[in-house]
Amino acid sequence: MIPLKHVIIAEKLVKYYGNFMAVKGISFRVKEGEIYGFLGPNGAGKTTTVRMLCGLAKINGGRAFIYGYDVTREIKKVKKIIGVVPDISNLYMELSCFDNLMFCAEMYGVPRSERKEKVLELLEFFGLENKKNVKFKALSKGLRRRLTIAAALVHNPKLLFLDEPTIGLDVKSKRQIWKLIRELNKRGITIFLTTHNIYEAFKLCDRIAIINEGVIVAEGTPTELRTMVSGSKIIELQVHPPIREPQVFSRIPGIVKVSTRQGAIRIMVNDVITALEGIIKLLKESNREIVMLNLMGADAEEVFMKLIDRTKESKKYSAG
Amino acid sequence: MFEDIIKAFYIAKKDIKEYYLKPPTISWGIVFPVVFTLAFLLKGGPKSSHLIPGLIALALFFGTTSMAAASIVFERKIGSFERILLFPISYLGIALGKVLSSFIFGMVSLATLIIVVIPFILNVHIFSPLLVTVLVLSALMFSAFGVFIAFLIRDPTNTMLILNSFRLPMIFLCGIFIPVSSLPKFLQVVALLLPLTYSVEAIRFAIEGTFDIIPPIVSILLMIIIIISLLVLSSLEIKNMIP
Ligand SMILES: Nc1ncnc2c1ncn2[C@@H]1O[C@H](COP(=O)(O)OP(=O)(O)OP(=O)(O)O)[C@@H](O)[C@H]1O
Ligand SMILES: [Mg+2]
Repeated sequence: MIPLKHVIIAEKLVKYYGNFMAVKGISFRVKEGEIYGFLGPNGAGKTTTVRMLCGLAKINGGRAFIYGYDVTREIKKVKKIIGVVPDISNLYMELSCFDNLMFCAEMYGVPRSERKEKVLELLEFFGLENKKNVKFKALSKGLRRRLTIAAALVHNPKLLFLDEPTIGLDVKSKRQIWKLIRELNKRGITIFLTTHNIYEAFKLCDRIAIINEGVIVAEGTPTELRTMVSGSKIIELQVHPPIREPQVFSRIPGIVKVSTRQGAIRIMVNDVITALEGIIKLLKESNREIVMLNLMGADAEEVFMKLIDRTKESKKYSAG
Repeated sequence: MFEDIIKAFYIAKKDIKEYYLKPPTISWGIVFPVVFTLAFLLKGGPKSSHLIPGLIALALFFGTTSMAAASIVFERKIGSFERILLFPISYLGIALGKVLSSFIFGMVSLATLIIVVIPFILNVHIFSPLLVTVLVLSALMFSAFGVFIAFLIRDPTNTMLILNSFRLPMIFLCGIFIPVSSLPKFLQVVALLLPLTYSVEAIRFAIEGTFDIIPPIVSILLMIIIIISLLVLSSLEIKNMIP
């Protein structure tokens, strides 16, 4: 018997699409009650991993257990206890918010007497009670995302998969979703989320696995990972309304130097994550929105690359 | 299994809400068969009542297959079909759900047609338990056929084109206008491979008491076998969708 404190146990998972190996034998464990993040660039294998764990893709090698159930052999039992939010908001366009959630409740076998109450409760929790009779196609992107998350919760799953929960959303909608995710986690739901947004991962997750080209290259708490990604970088930033005195940023920990160029603020940092946290906090306090944020050289992927290179180097050393 | 049958009905209910007003479903599933039928009946006058069995089969055929194509191909294109795969339901249950929504829509086409053609068929002693059985079997068979074909369609932009390249030739091969027995031998063989033929024969027997070349009991048994086989094949197609 596998101990239940691990909600997900993945052992050497492999996925081939034809001859292409998309996931190359990854192993990880997700603990009950945590928010576990899969962070990686496009094409890293995040979605593929989620799909293998929820029965949308066959597992070609290795094994996976969810709440002790073998994902390959007991997929129907697994499906009953997990909620899955796919990377696109794919509810039914012509159905109202209420009807969409009711359909999901019916399909998950929620008892007839409890369905309506559960659906109304979710609409309220997600701030959609006044959109109850609005068709899905008439919702904004942010509201669609929220309803899609609600749809994965109709059967009170203990484990929720969120594939790119905030992709394509504006800052305000992103924040709302983050708040909801934290709230769900507080209510005892274990969360497995994928993202290519390093900020999102570090802000939300208790533990993060960084995945690249089908391989987990680093795993740890945000603090543990933070120490691995030190060194100086430049953040380019534009905010609205504009800041007249950019030097206010220089007080933030992790920031080395601040200058302006062509209307953008250039901030040299030695700890990206700490600096970003401070910057966002400061902007929030002064009610400013980020218009543009660029991690110079590249974007977040460069941070991944740094970690990836480190692992390659350490392999080289240990091999030599 | 019982649970899956109930869930299949939920899928059907959702599909009807989602797709019954979509333009391709309405135009190919209801308007086309009704207009087509009216054109023939108005042209032929009272003498054309022998066309009614074939035209009824046609309405069912176009109604069911249009709905199947709309609900499956469209859902796969926008990615919402995958939602169904996340629910705890068997592949056969999913196939059944899709067949049921097409079946219900086919019944709507049929009802529309009957209302429109009532002036032409008033003198025919038409409804009998046999006719109802045969109509239900036909609608189920066409639905299962439509669902099976719809899962094979990869490129959604050509859905109706691909579907019509199956459907339109069948109008002329399956005994709606031209009795199968008067087709050249080679085309007769083709006709026997097409499910519409059995439906037309069975409906004709139920209404007129005669058949062309296939005895009604054979048609009915074959229809049942075709329905079950297509359901199983469709569930295998769904299973194969998982990479
Ligand atoms: N159905 C498929 N058939 C063939 N290759 C696929 C399929 N799905 C994904 N891939 C490939 O597998 C690799 C991993 O894709 P995956 O979607 O898991 O990445 P991801 O980490 O989710 O990236 P993204 O940030 O773009 O969502 C990619 O190279 C992708 O092209
Ligand atoms: Mg992805």
